[in-house]
Amino acid sequence: MADSDRMIINLGPQHPSTHGVLRVVLELDGEEITRVSPDIGFLHRGDEKIAENMTYQQFLPYTDRLDYLAPLANNVTYAYAVEKLLGIEVPPRCHVIRVICCELSRIASHLLGLGSYAMDVGAMTVFLYCMREREKVMDLFEILSGARFTSSFIRIGGLANDLTPDFVPGVRAFLQDLPAAVAEIDGLLSRNRIFVERTRDIGVLSKEDAIDLGVTGPTLRASGVDWDLRKAHPYSAYAGFDFEVPRGSVGDCYDRFLVRMEEVRQSQRIVEQALDRLPDGPWHVEDGKVFLPPKADVLTKMEPLIHQFMLITEGINAPAGEIYFSAENPKGELGFLIVSKGGGVPHRLKIRAPSFVNLQALPTLAVGHMLSDMTAILGSLDFVMGECDR
Amino acid sequence: MKSPDPITLLKDRFGGEAIVQPEFRGETGVYLPRTRIAEACRLLKTEGGFDMLTDLSGVDFPGETPRFEVHYLLYSFSCGRRLRLVTGVPEEDPHVDSVSGIWATANWHEREAFDMFGLCFDGHPDLRRILMWDGYPHHPLRKDFPVAGLPSDLPVTAEDAGSVEAAPMAGGPFVATSGTTRATRREPLACDTAAERDRLVRDPHRKEEI
Repeated sequence: MADSDRMIINLGPQHPSTHGVLRVVLELDGEEITRVSPDIGFLHRGDEKIAENMTYQQFLPYTDRLDYLAPLANNVTYAYAVEKLLGIEVPPRCHVIRVICCELSRIASHLLGLGSYAMDVGAMTVFLYCMREREKVMDLFEILSGARFTSSFIRIGGLANDLTPDFVPGVRAFLQDLPAAVAEIDGLLSRNRIFVERTRDIGVLSKEDAIDLGVTGPTLRASGVDWDLRKAHPYSAYAGFDFEVPRGSVGDCYDRFLVRMEEVRQSQRIVEQALDRLPDGPWHVEDGKVFLPPKADVLTKMEPLIHQFMLITEGINAPAGEIYFSAENPKGELGFLIVSKGGGVPHRLKIRAPSFVNLQALPTLAVGHMLSDMTAILGSLDFVMGECDR
Repeated sequence: MKSPDPITLLKDRFGGEAIVQPEFRGETGVYLPRTRIAEACRLLKTEGGFDMLTDLSGVDFPGETPRFEVHYLLYSFSCGRRLRLVTGVPEEDPHVDSVSGIWATANWHEREAFDMFGLCFDGHPDLRRILMWDGYPHHPLRKDFPVAGLPSDLPVTAEDAGSVEAAPMAGGPFVATSGTTRATRREPLACDTAAERDRLVRDPHRKEEI
């Protein structure tokens, strides 16, 4: 047997570099990886099945648990998907607040992604710096929604509440400190010889392969494809903001690091602009058949009481039809395919999870590299198993 | 490079076999018979400029013929356009040609549809379960599979390994049925057993009797 000198190694599902419960079976020839087969599904909770058994609004907290490093961004995408099905448009203030939520989530997600990536290749300090900054975003989310992590702040047709008084000053203070922190992280890694040698020309993904494999998000842009849903198909209020889409040239692990680093800076620009031009006005749709009426009205008036009863027991009455909505999440294109037969629950809700699709590129990236490069490649893909396994 | 209109392209090649679905919220879909779907995908990739398959999804419509549908969501980077292809797959012969040779990304999507719906993609290089474990006996996203789950064995052989049991539901799940237009029939009801759930799914209009 020619293959008898090959060694099979099992990485995960309990391994620090797999960022959750991913199992990868590796075939090695000496130290060189010759075959990679990812084994997923350890975190499968049946989210799509659950969605078919509850109303649209009830499913919203479950979207927190998809990409649990950017729960607010998932909420926003899901809310837009349902709003597209309903054919409603939220007011401008709501759009801008949602943009702020998305971009803060992106900053938090990328900071954690960069930190754990650096830690995987041996730079422990960076992880602590990243976590320190990310903690500030979590505090802001707590000010906004009362929850740090699974915030479920977005509602279909609006938000859970308007901005709290401390939120805007808090975000401004955070943004003031962020450039220095990003520069610090940048200075620790970008020209760090160990980091560069461990990531440059490792796990190269060509433009053609990236498109063929359906890869999206920073990983696609690192391969040189200038494609960001915020620019290509502007949704929410993104068309009105001035920002750039960074992209790489080689598509290696180092490019993926640089793209995420730059995206943090661009997200900061978007949040700054959003705070400057935050419009006044309503922050949710004024339609009792979509958005819950104020509690005081429910207790004193007949019609809001009926609306509240109908929304809670039967949900929003959606028309029959099929829609797909996707948004640029920190990890890539998060999409929701909703097949509705009418009524308050979806007939089928398919989640197009970026981590699921991006992880499929793992064999293409890793074969031919050394076993020790595997951690760099896994770190550079920045996936989340909650989203991958759903 | 200007790509030709995909609908015209499909109409020219397949004629009456390509049924254009009514536009909804600015999205278009084209229904094709399952024998033609792989050919249509290849045509759209090579001549229509649809270089990415964004998503592939199974959908179950119990009681209808054909029972299953597969939805392909194509994207073209050059003209920034999406197109949905839909094909029907009958329950008694759940086979459809694989498109994993056209877009590599279809590989895992098709494995997921196989895992969740039991659809077989002919020509797939490695068609096995992806989210559930090898040897799992059910297809969870089929509508006749209860949300509480069904008992089955775990993939370990040790004597004390236990097994998978249906989740205790404490009176729930409070299931609202999709597709009923009258408000009185949409109100969620508890269904404790898989049999009740089955009846609800098969015939939502008999809900009051349950």
